[in-house]
Amino acid sequence: MNVQFKIWRGDANGGAFREYAAECTEGWVVLDAVLDIQRTQARDLACRWNCKAGKCGSCSAEVNGMPRLMCMTRLSELPLDKQVTVEPMKAFPIIKDLVTDVSWNFRIKKKIKQFKPRPPDAPDGTWRMQQEDIDRVQEFRKCIECFLCQDVCHVLRDHQMHERFIGPRFLIHVAALEMHPLDTENRIEELRNTQGIGYCNITKCCTKVCPESIQITDNGIIPLKERVVDDFYDPLGWFWRLLKKKADRKDVD
Amino acid sequence: MPDYETFEHDVLVIGAGGAGLRAAIEASAAGVRVGLVCKSLLGKAHTVMAEGGIAAALANVDERDNWKVHFADSMRGGQYVNQWRMAELHAKEAPDRVRELEAWGAVFDRTKDGKILQRHFGGHKYPRLAHVGDRTGLEMIRTLQDHGVHQGIDVHMEHTILSLLKNGDRVVGAFGYERERGRFKIFRAKAVVLATGGIGRAYKITSNSWEYTGDGHALAYEAGAELIDMEFIQFHPTGMVWPPSVMGILVTEGVRGEGGILTNKDGKRFMFESIPENYRAHTADDEEEGWRYCQGHKDARRPPELLTRDHVSRCIVREIKEGRGSPHGGVFLDISWIKQKLPNAAEHIKRKLPSMYHQFKQLADIDITEQPMEVGPTTHYIMGGVRVDPDTQMSRLAGLFAAGECAAGINGANRLGGNSLSDLLVFGKRAGEFAAKFAKEHQHGNVDNDKVDTVAREALAPFESSAGENPYMIQKDLQETMQDLVGIVRTETEMHEAMKKIASFKTRAEKTGITGNREYNPGWHTALDLKNLLTASEAITRAALERKESRGAQFREDYPDKDERFGNVNTIISKAADGSMEIRMEPLPEMPDYLKQVIDENR
Repeated sequence: MNVQFKIWRGDANGGAFREYAAECTEGWVVLDAVLDIQRTQARDLACRWNCKAGKCGSCSAEVNGMPRLMCMTRLSELPLDKQVTVEPMKAFPIIKDLVTDVSWNFRIKKKIKQFKPRPPDAPDGTWRMQQEDIDRVQEFRKCIECFLCQDVCHVLRDHQMHERFIGPRFLIHVAALEMHPLDTENRIEELRNTQGIGYCNITKCCTKVCPESIQITDNGIIPLKERVVDDFYDPLGWFWRLLKKKADRKDVD
Repeated sequence: MPDYETFEHDVLVIGAGGAGLRAAIEASAAGVRVGLVCKSLLGKAHTVMAEGGIAAALANVDERDNWKVHFADSMRGGQYVNQWRMAELHAKEAPDRVRELEAWGAVFDRTKDGKILQRHFGGHKYPRLAHVGDRTGLEMIRTLQDHGVHQGIDVHMEHTILSLLKNGDRVVGAFGYERERGRFKIFRAKAVVLATGGIGRAYKITSNSWEYTGDGHALAYEAGAELIDMEFIQFHPTGMVWPPSVMGILVTEGVRGEGGILTNKDGKRFMFESIPENYRAHTADDEEEGWRYCQGHKDARRPPELLTRDHVSRCIVREIKEGRGSPHGGVFLDISWIKQKLPNAAEHIKRKLPSMYHQFKQLADIDITEQPMEVGPTTHYIMGGVRVDPDTQMSRLAGLFAAGECAAGINGANRLGGNSLSDLLVFGKRAGEFAAKFAKEHQHGNVDNDKVDTVAREALAPFESSAGENPYMIQKDLQETMQDLVGIVRTETEMHEAMKKIASFKTRAEKTGITGNREYNPGWHTALDLKNLLTASEAITRAALERKESRGAQFREDYPDKDERFGNVNTIISKAADGSMEIRMEPLPEMPDYLKQVIDENR
């Protein structure tokens, strides 16, 4: 079947949609068509991909305006009487064609305090955890870092607040660490301050686009927001932190 | 010489999958400055696709397990041409490497008493694979990545290495380019670790992504290191076969570990018909015993679906060839049948195999809790690779180390499922440790500027003609040739034919032409990767011709049996002085008595 595509071609200096036609067969996903066009019509068409099975999160793009993994978007689920548009994610600077500069995400991750486990539970240096206590953390750790949630988040996409807000991907990363039964670190203060959790107003756009169906807002961000509130607007908590700060300062002296 | 941007690291690690990351972490922890180069973004390497688990004799589920049983299983699976020392180190050290991941934040599935859960896998006597549902690779790479980025490792993402740089016989760095702008870069290093993975892209049906073009194999070979066991390529028994666009995508062995069965178009469970002699004592007598094994009954033996991958693949090929295949040229893999045995089977399957459920639902409109899957063999892994010292992972070139899939020795003629992830950890760590040690004992070497200029000039040649050969088409022709002529079933005539074709592809590859400029140009990248793919393909074919017997993953129709003359030798490939590829046989190192005894005790 002949399918018409409109693919954005260009770089940081600008670009435009170009039209291509591809002879598609049963079962094709958008990535099949893009790679076929690359092989036969546009050898220099830039796109990222790796696993082609929805496991690596490389081929994120916007298909008919929706943030999607190209490898998991079947052509049969799109209206093929119209052109299929494929364009790069909009929340990140363009490099070329469908490839965007996502390096900001890697810089953000580096700033999040790393996992710090409690001392081992057993003399052989191992820990004990019950499956029911890690189900939630495992849900968050399904994240494949496709950054589609970052792309769709209006705080990043429309308001470009990349310097003040870490976005849903990293709120989930923090949630996975904070809810890890072995972790002893506290990341609440930065969540409220430098990481800008308050900017999220729970529109749940991130949850809708997550290819791993992680309940980003309900299971991750909202519980984190509650922890922030408990910590910062609870007078006892406030008093305790004040004492702790004084004690810490003494340690430094 | 133009002024290329130059980076200096004590240790340069090429490749950022499990082995590369683990090596980088270890080297960094030893106090040296580490650079990590990866072809894709960090965290996207092929490790991310590993599904079933990490093999390690933790004995959390079956207390009878220990390193000796794991060692014996790996040697039996590898048909005894493994490097025994690597198999020994691997079996002994894997448990610590897994526990270490937990200390770095990995969250494995749990046993009832709160320990790391382990599952059954082909060729492993006891439940041995630590896992997270069917996304263990993602857990592993993310854990290593998140731990690694806090260690001060310099990561060079989306860079490709074109050549290793030498000073005399010592490797002193690497030369490559970054994808974004297409600029060349020099990496000076006191020691270099190759961790580039496999060669899957040499074949048409593969579970491997575009990255797996044998880069480390070719870089090492060109620099003067040796490759061993290149004839042994693992065709994973269960790849998707329908629709055509997903052909080759992996279906985890975990499906069979959880009780999945293989049937032909007549509904017959054909694996019971052909159980190899050396596995008969370890295999279930009937279907009921097989099911009880998957349910964790310690007195039961494994179902024949969990025999080694080489064997299961060949049985599937036989069913298809003899006309008993499924409608789309595979066989059936059925996990839905367990609803006869378990009350909440659908939920159980979704919990144990979530990404398989998702993958089939989304890509093939199949609900695996209700219907069987159609599967067939897919090129998955190469047992062969850079020959290394078992303890240090150093190649015969000073300063050049290799670990993971691009190195060889642990797996012999066939790798057991789950041994790859543990291999990455065990030998990634060792490579990092000894590369750091080497770096501390040596100074930076001199970079050969003429060499750098030559490599750069050759790399830019495809830009001279946009009318030249389309690199994608040469790659496609090569993939078809390797698939048809050097695949699961091999003959001398076909492989001689393949050699001729590979030679013609080499000529064509010298005349590739590309459009556009150097900025993020996949056509150009494909043209450059082709060279490595051709070197690897030639090595595979030569080695497969040389081994005139069938053993493990190598099946020769013209020599269908094992031949003891080949039972204690490895094929060794190196570059001759005249630039041609040289192959020879070398006897295996003599196994010490205490290990022979371990093997005897576990017959």
